[in-house]
Amino acid sequence: MSLDLPLIWAAILAIAVLLYVMLDGFDLGIGILFPFAGSPSERDVMMSTVAPVWDGNETWLVLGGGGLFAAFPFAYAALMPALYAPIILMLLALILRGVAFEFRLRGRARGKRFWTIAFAAGSIIATLAQGLVLGGFIQGVTLKDGHFAGDPLDWLSPYSMLVAVGLVAGYALIGAAWLIWRTEGELHARARRWAWIALAAVTVLLAAVSFATLLVHPEVGARWGWTGDGFDLAQLARLSPIPLLGAAGLGVAALGLRRHAHGWPFFGAIIMFLSGYLGLAAGFFPYVVPYALTFREAANADNALGLMLVGVVILLPAIIGYSIWVYWIFRGKVGADAGYH
Amino acid sequence: MHLDALLLSRLQFAFTIAFHIIFPSFTIGLASFLAVLEGLWLATKNEAFKILYLFWIKIFAISFGMGVVTGVVMSYEIGTNWSVFSAAAAPVIGPLLAFEVLTAFFLEASFLGVMLFGWKKVGPRLHFTATALVAFGTAVSAFWIISANSWMQHPAGYVRLASGALRAVDWLAVIFSPTFPVRLLHMVLAAYLTTALVVGAASAWRLLKDPDEGESGLALKMAIGMFAIVAPLQLLAGDMSGKLALRYQPAKLAAIEAFWETRSGQAFHIVAWPDRDTASNRWEVSIPRLGSLITAGDANAEIKGLKAFAPQDRPPVFLVFWAFRVMVGLGVAMIGLGLWGGFRVWRGGLAGDRWFLRATVAMGPAGFVAVVAGWVVAEVGRQPWVIYGLLRTTDAVSPVTRGEVSVSLLAFMTIYAVIFGVGVLYILRLMGEGPLAPVAALGTVRPPGYALGAAPGDPPTGSGTRS
Ligand code: HDD
Ligand code: HEM
Ligand code: HEM
Repeated sequence: MSLDLPLIWAAILAIAVLLYVMLDGFDLGIGILFPFAGSPSERDVMMSTVAPVWDGNETWLVLGGGGLFAAFPFAYAALMPALYAPIILMLLALILRGVAFEFRLRGRARGKRFWTIAFAAGSIIATLAQGLVLGGFIQGVTLKDGHFAGDPLDWLSPYSMLVAVGLVAGYALIGAAWLIWRTEGELHARARRWAWIALAAVTVLLAAVSFATLLVHPEVGARWGWTGDGFDLAQLARLSPIPLLGAAGLGVAALGLRRHAHGWPFFGAIIMFLSGYLGLAAGFFPYVVPYALTFREAANADNALGLMLVGVVILLPAIIGYSIWVYWIFRGKVGADAGYH
Repeated sequence: MHLDALLLSRLQFAFTIAFHIIFPSFTIGLASFLAVLEGLWLATKNEAFKILYLFWIKIFAISFGMGVVTGVVMSYEIGTNWSVFSAAAAPVIGPLLAFEVLTAFFLEASFLGVMLFGWKKVGPRLHFTATALVAFGTAVSAFWIISANSWMQHPAGYVRLASGALRAVDWLAVIFSPTFPVRLLHMVLAAYLTTALVVGAASAWRLLKDPDEGESGLALKMAIGMFAIVAPLQLLAGDMSGKLALRYQPAKLAAIEAFWETRSGQAFHIVAWPDRDTASNRWEVSIPRLGSLITAGDANAEIKGLKAFAPQDRPPVFLVFWAFRVMVGLGVAMIGLGLWGGFRVWRGGLAGDRWFLRATVAMGPAGFVAVVAGWVVAEVGRQPWVIYGLLRTTDAVSPVTRGEVSVSLLAFMTIYAVIFGVGVLYILRLMGEGPLAPVAALGTVRPPGYALGAAPGDPPTGSGTRS
C-alpha cells in the first residue's frame, strides 16, 4: 500500500491552521475587546482566562509556519516574500501582545497602562495583519518559475482590507463567546452584549467577503456556480452544505445568546468559523498558492513527508491529549475577584 | 539593488537571531535549575528551596515569554528573507524543524501554563512533573535546532539530484552530522554556564546588601557548584569544536586564528589586526608554534592558511578572530571565578568575601556575551556559505526589496529595544528585591497556584473557581 503523502500533509496542515484560528482566535479576541472593558480589574479577569493557555494556542501558528516550510517548502518560499509586510507586521504585533502577559503584571502604574494598551493594540494589529495575509493569499500572488515576481504591495487592496476587518469581527466574536463561557457577573453580562454586536458584524462581513471573493476570483466564482450575473443553481447546490453549516452556527450562537446559555454561543461561533474555512477550501483545493501552485507541486520530497508522518502519528495525539488536559485543569469560571493588582 | 536587500536581510537575521538566543541561553539552564529546586524541596521539605523556586520562577516567566515571541519571528523569517534557502534546504532539514515543533515547542508551551498557574490545581508531584517537562522540552528544542544548524555547517547524508535539488538519503547521518554532538554539548553547557552566572550574580548582589540572607547564600553555593564544574568542561568541549572545525571547515579555523599562510608550526596570535585587503595581519603578538599545538595537538602540524582559499571563499577574518577571543577570554575568566568560588566554599567565609561577591556580580552578563560571540564565530566563520559548500548566502536571499527590508529592520530594532529595556528593568527590579520580599510582605509564602507573576502584596488571583 502506498500512501498519498502530499494529500495527507495537506489535510494535517489544514487542520493545524484551523486549530490555530480557533484557539489563538479567542485569545486575540480578548485583546480586541480589551478597550471596552468596564474597569482595570475586569481586564485582569479577561487576561486570567487565557493566561495559562495562550502560549500553547500560539504554538499552532508555529506548526502552521514550520509545517508549511517542512511539508510544502515551495509554497512557503513563494508566499512568505509575497506577503512580507503583513507577516512582519503580524510578528511585531504578536511580540508586543505576547510580552504584555508578563509585563502587565510587573509594571507599576504607568508601565501597567502602557502594556494594557500594547496588549490591545498588539492583538488588534496582529488580527488585521492576519486578515491582510489571508486576503492577499486569496487574491493570489504573481509567480515566475515558482518564485514571487510581483510587487511588494500586491497584497494591499480593498478586498484584503475587507477580509482584515472581517477577521477582527470574527475573533471578537469568539473572544466574547469565550468570556461568556468562562466568566460570571457583570463581565459576563457585558460579554453577552459584545457577542451580539460581533455576531451581527460577522454575519454581514462574512456574507460580504463571500460575495467579494466570487467577484475577485472568477475561478472561485465558477466553482460556486457564479456565472457573472447569476448563479448556476445545480452547481451551487452541491456546495450549499457549507453556507448552511454557517447559518446553523449563526442560529446556535444567536439562540444561545437569547437563552442566556453559557457554552452554546462559543460552539456556534466555532461552527461559523468552520464553515468559512471549508468555504475557502472548496474554492481553492487543490491549490496552496491559489491558482498558481497545487499542493502536489509544492510538496516536499516523499521521504521527508514520510518521516514526518511517522512523527505526527505518534506525537500529534499526545499533543492533543495533553493540551486538552491543560484546558481541563483550568476549567470553570474565573472568579470576579481575580485581580492581579 | 539586489545586493542591498541581501545585506539588509543579513543584518536583520543576525540581529533577530542574536536577540533570540539571549533568552534560550538563559531559559534552558533556568528551567533545569527550577526543576532541581522543586525536586529538592519535595525531597527535603526545606522551605528555602521553595522560596527560591517561587522567586526564580517569576524571572523565568518573563524570560521565557521573551524567548517565545522572538522565536516565532525566527520561524517565519527563514521564509520572508531566505526563501531560496528554504526551498533548497527543506527536503533535508525540514523534518528536523518540524520535529522541534512537535517534540519540544508544544511540550514547553503547554506545561508552562501548568508550571506557572497550576500549583493549587494539581498535586505537588504533578506540578514537579510539569516543571521537569518544561526543562526537558527546552533541551529537546536545542537538540533539533542545533542539529539543523550543524547540518548547514557540514552537510551529510544527502545526495544532489540532476536538477540540483537536495535529497536526504540517510536520516541518521543528517541528524547526527559530524559536528553535531560536540556543538550540542557546547551549547547546552553554555546555557548552564550562563544561568549559573546570572543566579550567582543575583545572589551575590543580595549578599552584598545582607550577608545573612540564607536563601541567597544557598543559591550562590549552588551556582558556584555549577560553574566551577561546567566552565572547565566548556573549555574541553570548545577545544573539541575547534578540532572539528579544523577538519571540516578549515577556512573557518584559519579565520579564527588569523592564519594566512599554510605552514607547519603555526604561531598562536594572542592578539592581532587581521586585514583582508592585504591578506595579512597588520600587527600581531604571537607565541611560536603554539597555534599548531592548540588546533591540531601537534606543534609541528601543517595548518592551512586563508590564502589556500580563493578570495571569494574566505570568511570575514577580523570579526571571527576577535569574537573568538572574547568568548575564550570570558571562558577563562569563568574558570578563574569557579576556582575562586570553590576555594571560598571550601574554606568558608563566602558571604564575607566582598571582592568575590563583587566579581561574581560583574560576571553576571558574561555568559550572554560569550554565547553571542560564539555564534558569531560559528556563523560568520562559515561565510560565504549558508549551506557549507552547497549554497552561498548571496544566492539564498528572497526576492524582496531594499525598502521592505529596511523598514522591517528598523521596526525590529525599535520594538526589540523597548521590550529588552523593559524586560531587563523588571528582571533587575525583582533581583534587587530578592527572594524574601514576597515572604516579608505577606508573612507567608505565596503558592504559585496564584498567578505566578503576582507582585508582592497583591490580592490572590485565581484562574478558576476552585482556586
Ligand atoms: C540552543 C537553543 C536554541 C536556538 C539556537 C534557537 N532556539 Fe528558538 N527557542 C529555544 C531554543 C533555541 C527554546 C529554549 O526552546 C525557546 C527559547 C526560550 C523559550 O521560551 O523557548 C525557543 C523558542 C522558540 C520559538 C517559540 C516556541 C513556542 O511557541 O513556545 C520558536 C518558533 C523558535 N524558538 C524558533 C527558532 C528558530 C527558527 C531558530 C533558528 C533560526 C531558533 N529558534 C534558534
Ligand atoms: C542561535 C544562535 C545563532 C546566532 C547568534 C546566529 C548568528 C548568525 C549571524 C551573526 C549570521 C550572519 C553571518 C553573516 O552574514 O556574516 C548568521 C547567518 C545565518 N544563520 Fe545563524 N545564528 C544562529 C543560529 C542559527 C540557526 C540555528 C540557523 C538555522 C537553523 C541559522 C541560520 C542562518 C542562516 C540561514 C544565515 C544566513 C543569513 C545571513 O548570512 O545572515 N542560524 N547567523
Ligand atoms: C573556554 C574556551 C572555549 C573554546 C576553546 C571555545 C571554542 C569554540 C569554537 C571553536 C567554536 C566554533 C564551533 C563551530 O563553528 O563549529 C565555538 C562556538 C560557540 N561557543 Fe565556544 N569556546 C569556549 C568557551 C565558550 C563559552 C564560555 C561559551 C558560553 C558561555 C561558549 C559558547 C559558544 C557558542 C554558543 C558557540 C556557537 C555554537 C557552536 O558552534 O557550537 N564558548 N566555541
